[in-house]
Amino acid sequence: MISHLRTMWLVFRHLFQKKVTVQYPEEKVPLYPRWRGRIVLTKDPDGGERCVGCYLCAAACPVDCIALQATENEEGRRYPEFFRINFSRCIFCGYCEEACPTYAIQLIPDFEMAEYKRQDLVYEKEDLLINSEGKYPGYNFYNVAGLDAGVKEKGKGKDEETPVDIKSLLP
Amino acid sequence: MPTIYIDNKPFDVKAGKNLLEACLSLGIDLPYFCWHPAMGSVGACRQCAIKVYKDEEDTRGRLVMSCMEGVKDGMRISVNDETAKAFRSQVVAWLMTNHPHDCPVCDEGGCCHLQDMTVMSGHNYRNYHFKKRTYPNQYLGPLINHEMNRCIQCYRCVRFYHDYAGGKDLNVFAAHNHVYFGREKDGVLESPFSGNLVEVCPTGVFTDKTLKEHYTRKWDLTNAPSVCQHCSLGCNTIAGERYGQLRNVVNRYNHEVNGYFLCDKGRFGYEFVNSENRITQPLIRNQPIEAAGHTTVLQHIRTLLTGHALIGIGSPRASLESNYALMELVGKENFYQGVPDDLVYVEQKIVDILQSGCIHTPSLKEIEQADAVLVLGEDIWNTAPVMALAVRQSVMKTAATHTTEQLPIPTWHDAAIKELVQEDKGFLANVTMLPSPLDEIASATMKSAPDDMARLGFAIAHILNPSLPEVRNAGEELLASAATISKALQAAKHPVIIAGTSCWNNALIRAAFDIAAALDMHEKKAGLAFVMQDCNSMGLAMTRASSFDRAVAHIQRATNSVTAIILENDLYRCIPAAKADAFFSKCKHIVVLDTLHNRTTEKAHVLLPAATFAEADGTFVNNEARAQRASQVFMPANSEIRESFKWLSDLKVLINTTSNGHEKYIEDLLIALENRFPQFAGVSRVAPPHDFRIHGARIPRESHRYSGRTAMLANLNVSEPKPLQDDDSSLSYTMEGYRGLPPSPLIPFFWAPGWNSGQSVTKYQEEAGGALKGGDPGIRLFEQTTTPPVFSKDIPDAFTARAGKWMLLPQYHLFGSGELSVYTKGIASQCPEPYVSLSRRDAEQAQLKNGDTVSVKTDGKTYAFPLTINESLPDGIMLVPAGLTGMEALSWGAWVNLSTVIV
Repeated sequence: MISHLRTMWLVFRHLFQKKVTVQYPEEKVPLYPRWRGRIVLTKDPDGGERCVGCYLCAAACPVDCIALQATENEEGRRYPEFFRINFSRCIFCGYCEEACPTYAIQLIPDFEMAEYKRQDLVYEKEDLLINSEGKYPGYNFYNVAGLDAGVKEKGKGKDEETPVDIKSLLP
Repeated sequence: MPTIYIDNKPFDVKAGKNLLEACLSLGIDLPYFCWHPAMGSVGACRQCAIKVYKDEEDTRGRLVMSCMEGVKDGMRISVNDETAKAFRSQVVAWLMTNHPHDCPVCDEGGCCHLQDMTVMSGHNYRNYHFKKRTYPNQYLGPLINHEMNRCIQCYRCVRFYHDYAGGKDLNVFAAHNHVYFGREKDGVLESPFSGNLVEVCPTGVFTDKTLKEHYTRKWDLTNAPSVCQHCSLGCNTIAGERYGQLRNVVNRYNHEVNGYFLCDKGRFGYEFVNSENRITQPLIRNQPIEAAGHTTVLQHIRTLLTGHALIGIGSPRASLESNYALMELVGKENFYQGVPDDLVYVEQKIVDILQSGCIHTPSLKEIEQADAVLVLGEDIWNTAPVMALAVRQSVMKTAATHTTEQLPIPTWHDAAIKELVQEDKGFLANVTMLPSPLDEIASATMKSAPDDMARLGFAIAHILNPSLPEVRNAGEELLASAATISKALQAAKHPVIIAGTSCWNNALIRAAFDIAAALDMHEKKAGLAFVMQDCNSMGLAMTRASSFDRAVAHIQRATNSVTAIILENDLYRCIPAAKADAFFSKCKHIVVLDTLHNRTTEKAHVLLPAATFAEADGTFVNNEARAQRASQVFMPANSEIRESFKWLSDLKVLINTTSNGHEKYIEDLLIALENRFPQFAGVSRVAPPHDFRIHGARIPRESHRYSGRTAMLANLNVSEPKPLQDDDSSLSYTMEGYRGLPPSPLIPFFWAPGWNSGQSVTKYQEEAGGALKGGDPGIRLFEQTTTPPVFSKDIPDAFTARAGKWMLLPQYHLFGSGELSVYTKGIASQCPEPYVSLSRRDAEQAQLKNGDTVSVKTDGKTYAFPLTINESLPDGIMLVPAGLTGMEALSWGAWVNLSTVIV
């Protein structure tokens, strides 16, 4: 009996407390910058695609929902010929973002992706690519990678010496 | 067997090995870079350091490089010693100071020995905060990509390319910490073994440019054990597929056959599988809509098969199963080889010799271990490149063995042996028509016409066995050569004689046999190796079916109308066009099964799309009569493309309903073949049967980290399809299955925990560099018995040039003479243009100079080619490259005139 009265008292007291229910969708939920939502592909500061088609996101994906094919332009810069994420399989674990060596693939604070047809949850590169550097402004993988892919010449990158003169025997 | 103590545990190891080999053979992970099982130790990279203790009392020990220290009984070593571990980690940290940050765009990533060794050594964080050295790259041709920044200076590339394969144009340049591995200037790598740099390089300096076109990581490939289709040696390969395309071919270790290396034709010549020229749809010609479905085409063929006489033309590049299925369909007496009479005659002689059991046929491994080699008339550099590589090793190793017998130096000590051996070489006599890169390591060379080479052979045989007939009218030069060669062969313990079909000369085969048999009588273990033309020439020749010329004769006699069924064979490539046309004009109906459109498929009334080696299971018999299985790598998305033997079995059901349900599986076909032809006994045991399982599990073609399963086909349908079901073999098209060691014929790829690169093969070997666990794949169909040899008495007359006539002979080119390999762009760009070659004297007599267009009249046709004067070609011979794309087959061995000269 005492227990019942106590419960009723507690419920009554809650009437005067602040409501936790958010009136979604009229009212948006606060999402933090590192919230793991919709996956995007970002771009370099120079506007080129950041993704170099290394397949690490696909390998890291525990549900195998990422498929891509790498290709190269004339200058030797790698990019994905196609990049497909099957969001009907995605579990938003963020392993792909963790695996990405070029900060290309990022999870953003957006979860409003519901569709009536499951097929519409298959996102191609055009659907994933955004015109932004995302969370890591200023980073360009080809500036720190050794090879010349049209972004910088050999030896011009960060922490690189000028190329060796192979005809020289000087110490 | 010595016992060594590794971290205080006793292990029995093989004497004469170094500690690194011993540790790896025991399954202990020890990092290394410069050591290679085929090339020995040089102690350059300092990565394989371990501790060696003086005795049980010794607690301090000393650091040694395990690859430079031999095994001694009672030795105490430590792999896990803290100092040794710290040393290895520091060495890899040094190697990494200049290694660029580009694994994501490096094709080696995921199968990189440097990645594996870095992780194994425990070097995780970079402590070096200064700038990285960079290098310019070079253009090395259409097949190999160069990215020199990634180099860790292990010297493996030069040791392979220069020392092992004898290439001249790749070397090490500059000095101190600037050493550079490349060519003197940009240019195509000349060696036909350059592709091995991709696998030899522990990092991504040299990568496969054909793979770059459609790059896929190793873990994403669907792999299957395969057999190379481009020559008769049957090198074992692993072919990998992704998104319905064949993506790359890498070496599959087979201790007895190819070992660690492939030639460039085998490695890069796979792109025909992805060609746009593939036949993708059954066609019924001469009707408004030619494309037909499966049932329609079978119904149409039923009308062609009933009430007509059948002729089947087999193929030296189709599998045994397909050839046998055709034979079963048309009847043994109506089955012909699809190879000209002259070649069948030569090949028949080879099969007779092998089947007689008089003589041992060495494997490539045994050729490597030979101490004297005589190449009689075969241009093995072009027709069997990996055999040329084996011959090179025999020449280099004989001298090394000689040294190690004199001095207590172990055989693995490559650097020390090279110092001692210097220019010393074993014996090689290279008797060919034209100079070959092998000549520079040969002790004796002779350039002459095929008949003269055969005469040299008979002269040698006569010296070795005086009861054999003497060569009449032999010149002094010939006798002198015969004397030197026979002396060297007699002095050897394991001499090997190599001959082949590329001269289309029967006497050469007989001469080679006589020499080998005469040597065998001297109680030597002599070997006789033959080179054939195509990947299954031996298998087809072993059926002893008649030649194409007999098929032409048959069809001309035939009273009924004839339906010809042609299996995967472009007849215009090996049969003179006039003869092929004559055959086709007599056929009422022509059914062709093939993979690519060609001149023969144009003649077809009904064309059936056949699967390539990558899309079919098949058994191929190599030059030493070793039957080997190539497994299906992927099922073509287009279900109209089917294995030839499946098409043919369906056709058989059409005319003979009782056969329904029989010979459903490959092993059923092979057992039927064995029953029909006892010479094939054993062929059904080449690979485990289709229902073979390990603990109920199949062997997965895909790695455990295969990616994209739920997205690859999501653009077509978001619901994933059922995994493909392989009813023909025990390999599966999934990631699930048995992850332990599969039986050696079914190894789909080499991988072991911590060993992602091809170097993981050590885990599959009995000992480092030894046979695969459970025995190497493949079954040799003929073994030596005690049958006494039958020597030949018929010695050809010396070759004499005729006035105004030339003997027409083929010149084979590694890049160009292959029907299928030229579909790879990088290979096609290195093919020669058609030409005709004459000796300088002949050209001068005909008043011709280099580049003149000459017309050659043969087989009732006139062909015009530009002239190349060949300084070392014997007079009276005209050479024309064989099998170039767009060139017709000529009557090799015929005498032709230069009818007109167009200036």
